[in-house]
Formats: sequence, C-alpha cells, structure tokens
Amino acid sequence: MRLVCPVCGERDRREFYYQGAALAQPEGEEWGPHWDDYLHNRDNPAGVTRDMWQHEQGCGAWLIVTRDTVSHTVLRCDLAVGARA
Amino acid sequence: MVELQAQSPGAGLLPIVIGDLRLNEVAPERMTSLAPYNGQAEALSEAMQAAHGMAWPVPGRMTGRNGARAMWFGRETALLIGPEPDTGLTAHAALSDQSDAWAVLVLEGPGAADVLARLCPLDLRDHVFKRGHVARTEVAHMAGAIARMGADNWRIMVFRSMAGTLIHEAETAMRRVAARRNSTGEGADIARDLP
Repeated sequence: MRLVCPVCGERDRREFYYQGAALAQPEGEEWGPHWDDYLHNRDNPAGVTRDMWQHEQGCGAWLIVTRDTVSHTVLRCDLAVGARA
Repeated sequence: MVELQAQSPGAGLLPIVIGDLRLNEVAPERMTSLAPYNGQAEALSEAMQAAHGMAWPVPGRMTGRNGARAMWFGRETALLIGPEPDTGLTAHAALSDQSDAWAVLVLEGPGAADVLARLCPLDLRDHVFKRGHVARTEVAHMAGAIARMGADNWRIMVFRSMAGTLIHEAETAMRRVAARRNSTGEGADIARDLP
C-alpha cells in the first residue's frame, strides 16, 4: 500500500501511522449523544472511509485519507490542517 | 576533576570501506531547525536570503551551497546547516539548535543507492531522486533523512543516539551489496562473514 502525501509525494505505507476515523469534534462541552458518538461509536463501513493518518516517519503532517475498504483504492490524501472533518 | 572531551557520533566506528563503497561521517557542523510562524514563511525566506544567501527550500529540496545550506526537514521545517543563524530570523521562525542531535553520515561509491535501497523505502532511481533532493523517511526502522549530494554521494541522518545502530545496519547492507557484485570472487569471503 502506498499513500501520496501532499507534501512528500508517493510513499510506502510503513512511513505512515494510522490513527482512526476522521471525525469533526462536537461543539460545546455539554455531554450528550453527539459526544458519545464522537468518543465511542464507530461505523465499520464496507466502502468509502475517511481516516486520520500521520506521515510519521516522513514530513510529520497529519492527513485525511479517503479510501475504499472493499476495493482498497486510495481515493484522496489531504492535509488535515485547515480541513473540516 | 573529570576532563570531558567532545566526541563525534561515529567516533571509533568509522570509516568503513567495503569494495568501492565507503561510509564515513561528516565533520560536525552547526545545525539549526527553522520553523516559520504562521504566515511568516515568505518573510523568513527573505530574511534567510539577506542574511545567509539562500532561500527557504521547497519540500524535498536543499538550497545554498557547501558550508551554508538549508535542507528541507519536514512540513514547514528546514535545517540551516553551517552558519550561525542570524538573529533576524527569530522574528519569523522558531529556532532550535540541533547540532549535537543528529548523526550525519556520508555514503559514497558506485551504486551507493543499492545500499540505501536495503535500508529505506524510497524510490532512489536517478530520474526520481536527483542531486539536491532530500527526504525524511524510515532508515532501517529509524526516523531519519536521506539527501543526495552527488551521483554516488549520499548523506544519511538519524538521531545521534542511534548512530551505532545505523552504522551497523549500513555496514551489513554494504557487505551484502558487495557480496552480490562479486559472488564468485572476492565477495565470497565477504558473504561468509555476513551476520
């Protein structure tokens, strides 16, 4: 598996660290189902997912990687900075 | 009173010469990491140009020359190698002294890229990774950097504390490359001594 880092270009998967689903953090500090979802509940889709990865052994950038868990196609790699999850 | 003496990262371990391949270390130079503040990248580049005669390097590249060089070193990070950083840079960037933090090795000789190919997952072919290119990558499972200074002249950097491991890994790779090149002659001896 190879990912195209927006900073470094195409690199081997072993340079990257996988964190998990790319989710928007809920607004406000009031506890509710939206925080529950954010912290604990995950979909496990067969299809397109958006995940946070870090180019840990490369430039260090955090990325949002859009890929298809059925076909293993990597659809997009975007810098997380400035992006809305 | 104990007398402390400065030692280079590879002291006592280098140089290593195997066939035409040679691994040595670069004489320690002043190294400063530069990380521009938000929106200050352009101003920093201008300040670097004025003070040190080099622009901010784009990702994966180096600017400047021998003795005064800027090496891209991560997202919005570069290493200033050689000169004492001009105090004017501090208005635009966070500076930190990295001089003693990194082991800087030089690997040279025909086909040195074959050795690096055993250590890192980069595409090192001549038309992809050219002179003046640099990459942060994984070097023998360690966070490091690889830069191409010439056709068969490369720099390998890892954290200083890992210098011994890198030298060991690089020597092993050098022996294996040499052994494959001369599998019926001289290399047969080398191959027998492989770990």
